[in-house]
Amino acid sequence: MVRDTSVDDVTVIATESLSKRFPKVTALDRLSVDVGPGVTGLVGANGAGKSTLIKILLGLSPATEGRADVLGLDVASEGGAIRELVGYMPEHDCLPPDVSATEFVVHMARMSGLPPTAARERTADTLRHVGLYEERYRPIGGYSTGMKQRVKLAQALVHDPRLVFLDEPTNGLDPVGRDEMLGLIRRIHTDFGISVLVTSHLLGELERTCDHVVVIDGGKLLRSSSTRDFTQTTTTLAVEVTDTDEHPDGTRALRDALHARGMDTHTGGGLPGAGHILLLTSQGEETYDLVRDTVADLGLGLIRMEQRRHQIAEVFKDSDEQASTQDARKETAGHDG
Amino acid sequence: MTVERPAAPAATRAGAERDPRAGEQTRIHNIGYRGYDGPRLGRAYARRSLYSQSLRGAYGLGRSAKSKVLPMLLFVVMCLPAGIMVAVAVATKAGDLPVDYTRYAIVMQAVIGLYVAAQAPQSVSRDLRFKTVPLYFSRPIETVDYVRAKYAALASALFVLTAAPLLVLYVGALLAELDFTDQTKGFAQGLVSVALLSLLFAGIGLVIAAVTPRRGFGVAAVIAALTISYGAVSTLQGIAFAQDSTGAVPWLGLFSPITLIDGVQTAFLGAGSAFPGGFGPSSGQGVVFVLVTLGAIAGCYGLLMRRYRKVGL
Repeated sequence: MVRDTSVDDVTVIATESLSKRFPKVTALDRLSVDVGPGVTGLVGANGAGKSTLIKILLGLSPATEGRADVLGLDVASEGGAIRELVGYMPEHDCLPPDVSATEFVVHMARMSGLPPTAARERTADTLRHVGLYEERYRPIGGYSTGMKQRVKLAQALVHDPRLVFLDEPTNGLDPVGRDEMLGLIRRIHTDFGISVLVTSHLLGELERTCDHVVVIDGGKLLRSSSTRDFTQTTTTLAVEVTDTDEHPDGTRALRDALHARGMDTHTGGGLPGAGHILLLTSQGEETYDLVRDTVADLGLGLIRMEQRRHQIAEVFKDSDEQASTQDARKETAGHDG
Repeated sequence: MTVERPAAPAATRAGAERDPRAGEQTRIHNIGYRGYDGPRLGRAYARRSLYSQSLRGAYGLGRSAKSKVLPMLLFVVMCLPAGIMVAVAVATKAGDLPVDYTRYAIVMQAVIGLYVAAQAPQSVSRDLRFKTVPLYFSRPIETVDYVRAKYAALASALFVLTAAPLLVLYVGALLAELDFTDQTKGFAQGLVSVALLSLLFAGIGLVIAAVTPRRGFGVAAVIAALTISYGAVSTLQGIAFAQDSTGAVPWLGLFSPITLIDGVQTAFLGAGSAFPGGFGPSSGQGVVFVLVTLGAIAGCYGLLMRRYRKVGL
């Protein structure tokens, strides 16, 4: 039922030195990036060039220089073929209030080239998958923001595209709605087998949802790597233990014991209570076992042992610092997406 | 992902109807995502779909009951006089219809104007106002497809509105056993005239509606454009006629849509002019009328293309 997505080495989006210059502004500056199947986050501040990139990828706006392929099709010459296989959910409101979700999505399915019967079937299926049930027969004007976002998502998915562009899909949603939308985006890939390019200016969201994150700023590529790279290459374990009569300073005893077994540790920095927390770099399963055994041998109580994931935000901050000198220049130039 | 009880082998629809225990076994199956492997009919099909959806929408079909009221009412109002004329002609065995085929639309211009004012904004302003346009252009169709589909749909809707009463007249005339050749010729001339009128009025209505995303403004602007231009032209024509400068009367007709059509059909479609004193354009002047009419239609199309080229995502 779920389509075969095992062709992992296929590139979904590829850009090569892609630039877009407007008379006063450079929206994209020699952007070269490859995006594979899965959920890819496109991160950048407002005006970083995200929307411009999507326009070019849909074949609606010619690039000033460079080239881009979507699903192996050239955006400059095969825009129509791309748009048949791609879905697009805009950031802004785009729904007429006086028709029902069903009528609207059926119409949009036909605009994507689906025959009338297929358009109706796919609409019913898609609306159910995004979580709209009885309300789909009511005029859209009466929907909540969350429901409207679902209709916008449904119209992007109704023709069963191979790739969808979701522009800020969590905008305007409350925390619960945000979580539901993120879960849905995850399912678009895992259950529906459709690759996703989702833009956001919130890094935390993408960390949970995406397989791969592309960070752009001022039209330049800051970083492109898998979420795992961002968050797991330097997995740190935080360990906290109790003190016992035998070992009045349990933390210290554990540290010495771990050192004796060849494990480097460091303390948890300047945070409150950090003196009681040992941080150590995980080398995989063995590290957990080693810590467990050591603690047991010493007869200490293990209060906690948890993974300290590095947040994408930290990585982004690092990149920011690297780019900060360029930023200063860019601020004065001003840019628009 | 489909969960089915082994006791209910392949719960086919027919089986469910026959089996009395089917009720207990009915449950909602969570059918997983199904892909779509069927045909994708592409750009030309999407354009046709947009055309038919817009044409139906112009009569409120496929929309709420409320939006059917006005177009249907105007359609009835448009056809009713034709029906009455036919009834009278048949009953009195009159030798001719009281109104020429070509004259009918001129007489009923207020109704046509109201229809354009109501339906042109309905057709394009909504998409602009609610920003639905980007959803179209993120699909296979392009600006030219959108503009052509919308233009053709409104022109067709207007043609239906203006040709239907002519058909009533024609059928009635044949029932009254009026001269077949005469009537057919008049009917054909009438159809050509209303076809031109439909294209011209649809273009003007759409251009105005496409620059006024607020529907209310659009309605008012279309009515204003049609009535003010006609009012000004016929006033000036009246003054010119009263001052005996009858040479100016036909030329003034170039400046409002309905008098433009009047001029074209007076010159070439055997119509009697509705201009003051019947001073319609001569054949030579008629060429100018035809050129201006075609130019106006092409101009409206060009303006629409320009308007939508700027509407990106």
